[in-house]
Amino acid sequence: MTKSNLTRRGVLKSGAVAGAGVALPTIFTASSAAAYTNEPTGGTVTLGFNVPQTGPYAEEGLDELRAQELAVEHLNGMGDGGMMNTFSSKALKGNGILGKKVEFVTGDTQTKSDAARASAKSMIEKDGAIMINGGSSSGVAIAVQGLCQDAGVIFMAGLTHSNDTTGKDKKANGFRHFFNGYMSGAALAPVLAKEYGTDRRAYHLTADYTWGWTQQESVAAATEAMGWETVNNVLTPLAATDFSSYITPVLNSGADVLVLNHYGGNMVNSLTNAVQFGLRDKMVNGKQFEIVVPLYSELMAEGAGANVQGVIGSMNWNWQLTDEGTKAFVKSFGEKYGRPPSGSAHTCYVQTLLYADACERAGTFNPCGVAEALEGFEFDGMGNGPTLYRADDHQCFKDVLVMKGKDNPANKFDLLEIVEVTPRAQVEYAPDHPMFAGGDLGKCNPGA
Amino acid sequence: MDVILPQILNGLDKGSAYALIALGLTLIFGTLGVVNFAHGALFMIGAFCSVSLSRILNLSYVTEDPTQTDFLGKPLKVETPYLEAWFGPEFGGALIDWSVPLAILFSIPIMILVGLVMERGLIKHFYKRPHADQILVTFGLAIILQELVRGIYGANPIQTPAPDMFRGSIDFGAMLGFDPNVIIYPYWRMIYFFFSAVVIGGVFAFLQFTTFGMVVRAGMADRETVGLLGINIDRRFTIMFAIAAVVAGWAGVMYAPINAPNYHMGMDFLVLSFVVVVVGGMGSLPGAVAAGFLLGILESFASMTAVKEILDGIDQIIIYLVAIIILLTRPRGLMGKKGVMED
Repeated sequence: MTKSNLTRRGVLKSGAVAGAGVALPTIFTASSAAAYTNEPTGGTVTLGFNVPQTGPYAEEGLDELRAQELAVEHLNGMGDGGMMNTFSSKALKGNGILGKKVEFVTGDTQTKSDAARASAKSMIEKDGAIMINGGSSSGVAIAVQGLCQDAGVIFMAGLTHSNDTTGKDKKANGFRHFFNGYMSGAALAPVLAKEYGTDRRAYHLTADYTWGWTQQESVAAATEAMGWETVNNVLTPLAATDFSSYITPVLNSGADVLVLNHYGGNMVNSLTNAVQFGLRDKMVNGKQFEIVVPLYSELMAEGAGANVQGVIGSMNWNWQLTDEGTKAFVKSFGEKYGRPPSGSAHTCYVQTLLYADACERAGTFNPCGVAEALEGFEFDGMGNGPTLYRADDHQCFKDVLVMKGKDNPANKFDLLEIVEVTPRAQVEYAPDHPMFAGGDLGKCNPGA
Repeated sequence: MDVILPQILNGLDKGSAYALIALGLTLIFGTLGVVNFAHGALFMIGAFCSVSLSRILNLSYVTEDPTQTDFLGKPLKVETPYLEAWFGPEFGGALIDWSVPLAILFSIPIMILVGLVMERGLIKHFYKRPHADQILVTFGLAIILQELVRGIYGANPIQTPAPDMFRGSIDFGAMLGFDPNVIIYPYWRMIYFFFSAVVIGGVFAFLQFTTFGMVVRAGMADRETVGLLGINIDRRFTIMFAIAAVVAGWAGVMYAPINAPNYHMGMDFLVLSFVVVVVGGMGSLPGAVAAGFLLGILESFASMTAVKEILDGIDQIIIYLVAIIILLTRPRGLMGKKGVMED
């Protein structure tokens, strides 16, 4: 007969320690056997595509997902290869990433920070995603970027335009290909001055959250530097649907330009309301009243319909560009889905290829190796001309497009035209620029 | 005055939508005693009746234009609406252009059908259940309906313009002796206000001056006694549900040109409309209408820069703030009756 050493107190202590261990989220407790979070061990590697599949940006999310699926096809050697054929780096061979077949899982951000974090966390913890890519909101991007930093995976941001994403909220594990509010302002201001003159009075309506604030600050600073005066800046609730009560004060403000720092449904409604109230037909201060939408997207233009005609804005990329990379991507995407890709689809596609290429060049999936490969990476052939992934803040620097709503569109995809391709040098800024100050990139976290 | 008048005008069209939705909500609550959180979805379905008719009238055949190319470099596919081919560009084009007003008629059978299915198929099973159950089940129904619409039409807003002749705006300022271009109001918003006034007047007249309306009002006051007189009050209440659905649908149909319809628009209006009903007084039709316009106008004033400078963010809470004040001073709302929802 053996004597048991179990005591009531001992069992309770052991239980408490074991319970705490189980309760601790596995995301923050890397296995001692793995060098980094979700190190692939089999013949496949899993990417996590976190896009809005429900909610107001679901259409944009759908387009991002189409592009991400296409990127996976190309990485695995299927289809025509798309931009892999024009990409200046030749590390990708069409045999997956580092010889492992690429698989993917998807999450629904719902364009809500908490939901986006939950879906990213689930993909990392339950599905073993090695990286997270996508999204259509700066609030979401900043939230998910923080989560990925803590979890030890790379975050390749989708559509996020706030200066803060690679400014005060930048993270070592986060990378943004999309342009930002500062770049929009820097690209737009000279064109606006040329089209509408330097003696203008601008009234801003601004979505009341991080993206709206930083875009307004950027556009106001850039236009004021050209001689414009900012008459007023009114913050509008993100949940607003009817902007008439914000637009009527514009009429007797003495302003002759309305700048709509709105995106998505906000932009569609505020622009529609502004046109309804006859702003486009007004003459103020002896000048034709003008409306500016600093950040355009094809899907927004489609929602706003004829109201975008003649309205100037900016974009990260557009399918009408004529470089070889754009042509290859538009052909692949168009033949598969029957429509040209949107700007957010392009950025998600490019981010997926850039991540895969960085893994190949680094020879590892370790986030710190991948981050090192991306930092300071100069590339071309992805539709934006020569591009730099700056090491200081993980922001891509490339040409920016100034767009204008077409007067006589031939079809629903033909709503915008390229007015100018603003060269990269004109939209660059110092890493310690005051609009991007306050953040710390920190150190790469491999999660182990 | 040139600052205040535009906000009153803005408040009127916003208030019109609130009033129409709140009127339907109150009709349903007053007759069936049901707190219908799916009522905003009826407003949204009405707006999508405009979208649907516009798409039906725009049904097109496709021809290839070899002189132009699409984004893939293939011959451009040009769509020509059948109506324009059959009736000529002028008459066919005019029919398409008038799709929103025509949708008022198009929406009637659809809204009646949706209302009847909703009431007979689901809500009638919850008449005797607590209000919390009714709210939960109708809220769930609203989510299902909006997701169905999203599945069919997508999440993007869909522009549904008013007829060309109503797309401009009127210079009220110049008419009233102010500087031109200072007080401008879009024609369609003015039409929306008058349309709402006619519908609200029509519903009141129907309830006040018809035998059917008299029976319904009697049933609202004392359902049991009316039933004892041998009148099938349930049938009449079901018809009132359908009428309330049509009213909400019409509010949505005519709202489509003001803001591009999207699947979420019902939810955007629902909560505010409930506040309107509560402020007006549960079960009070005139209260719902009065509170709709009152809160619409107050919301517009709260959006003024001068007001926001005094209290930042007031535009987001003004309706709830007013609701709290009114309920503290008049617990039954502006025109609420004793005994309604007080058990």
